[in-house]
Amino acid sequence: MKCVKVLSTTAILGYGFPMSSFEEGMKLKPDCIAVDAGSTDPGPYYLGAGVSFTDYFAVKRDLAIMIEAGIEHNIPVLVGSAGGSGAKPHLDWQLQIVYEIAKEHNLHFKMAVIEADFDKEFVLKAFEEGKVKPLHPAPECTREDILESTRIVGQMGVEPFIKALNDGAQVIIAGRSYDPNMFAALPIIRGFDQGLALHMGKILECAAIASTPGSGSDCMFGTIYEDRFVLETLNPARKCTTLSVSAHTLYEKTNPYILPGPGGTIDLHQTTFTQLNENQVEVRGSKFILSNPYTIKLEAAKCVGFRTVSIAGVRDPIFIREIDSILEGVTKRVKDNFKNLDNYHLNFKIYGKNGVMGDLEPVKEITSHELCIVIDAVAKTQDVANTICSFARSTMLHYGYDGRIATAGNLAFPYSPSDFKVGAVYNFSLYHLIEITDPVGIFKQTMVNV
Amino acid sequence: MKHKLIDIAKVIRSKNSGPYEITFDIILKDKETFNALVEHKCINAELIASLYKIKVEDVITIVEFVPANAIKATIIRPMCSGDIRETDVYGAQQHAPLLDLEFDY
Repeated sequence: MKCVKVLSTTAILGYGFPMSSFEEGMKLKPDCIAVDAGSTDPGPYYLGAGVSFTDYFAVKRDLAIMIEAGIEHNIPVLVGSAGGSGAKPHLDWQLQIVYEIAKEHNLHFKMAVIEADFDKEFVLKAFEEGKVKPLHPAPECTREDILESTRIVGQMGVEPFIKALNDGAQVIIAGRSYDPNMFAALPIIRGFDQGLALHMGKILECAAIASTPGSGSDCMFGTIYEDRFVLETLNPARKCTTLSVSAHTLYEKTNPYILPGPGGTIDLHQTTFTQLNENQVEVRGSKFILSNPYTIKLEAAKCVGFRTVSIAGVRDPIFIREIDSILEGVTKRVKDNFKNLDNYHLNFKIYGKNGVMGDLEPVKEITSHELCIVIDAVAKTQDVANTICSFARSTMLHYGYDGRIATAGNLAFPYSPSDFKVGAVYNFSLYHLIEITDPVGIFKQTMVNV
Repeated sequence: MKHKLIDIAKVIRSKNSGPYEITFDIILKDKETFNALVEHKCINAELIASLYKIKVEDVITIVEFVPANAIKATIIRPMCSGDIRETDVYGAQQHAPLLDLEFDY
């Protein structure tokens, strides 16, 4: 029966997978090996600063196994959202790993490199023409948001991957990509339904997270047929169930029936999930609905200052009772002492009170016998952040609150030094859709012989 | 009869859905329970808003996902993920207040 088989190695390149699972997957003779390497989940820092949230050696370990097997069996290896955030510095980091692998394993192959960076002037022009719109509930952006962003990436669709495969790429290393692309490209080339291919990709991109017990560091296998696809795990300790697969369709999505992406939407209103046997789930009925105009999701981050934090514990019940007035008093003292410094943020995270949920915390009463306090200062320069954090810390340490009977010091520091210079702080500055006309040409693609 | 959500659900979780939203997934133990909660509209925008002390308009959607016996609520994040006052970058620990919910059906 006509089908395409796809081996997904791990939830994020560098999160690892058992060799036994990978070998089981290779025994099933996949037509390609694919992996998602990125996410915006770890926050704006990594995109803004141009560094990966994954580890160099962990990524190298995973990718070496994949590329070696891909070359040996003459099947393509596809990597999307290289280096975590998929901008140029992340892509370069990823390529360095590929070159090291090729050298150490004496491998030669044709590699497509696809960049996801968008030129600021191009985005600015589109913005002025009304072709850049916020992705609800993101706010409208400004010219400054675009110009102050350290770099802008766009989530490419499946089209650049299709071109790379058609051009004969054995390895594809792509910048920021819509997650399902790497898994859907080959099935789409072979003529399988785009809705099914993308939905299969949407599940495979998280690999064994869609199995039970779920894991972010294990393989998953997908086979697409004319009118359905089938998912299975490769580790006897995990099973694919209709619940694990359909539940994954909910994961990190606003509405599981409608999954918007580059150039269209996966529609799941007619989708069915059927248990075929103990470990195989069959999915039917997912459709792809083209959107017009074609839109790409832009992501960008900008530097908003520098951070210094100090971590301390408190065990004194009177201090804990007085915590709100102490924080208020310390904030006032800092403000009063540095009247000339107004461009800073001083926050206290109070674990044991509302450190995890902040304003969303419905529990108002503190019932813990101890609290953890993170003094968090962000300012335009590292020096000012250091000053604010240090002064808030020393003020809190000796602050004379109501009813105080422990007069030696209010805080228990687990570390010396007590203050940590975190460095640059970034915020997301763009999370917008841009209208484009050429979903292939807008992403610079080069073929290299490694 | 009263039912605590923690007793009738097998998964209760929160996670970012993009950097501007937090989405809550409640996967019920069986179809019968799911149908009962759906029939009585137990999980609704007003409930989520009052639980998290947010405006009803900030509850973006409540979706009943039949294939997974799941009810999903998505809210606007109090701030964009990673903003200066952030407490939970991934939004993965915002679900706890749901555990104590109790429904009469």
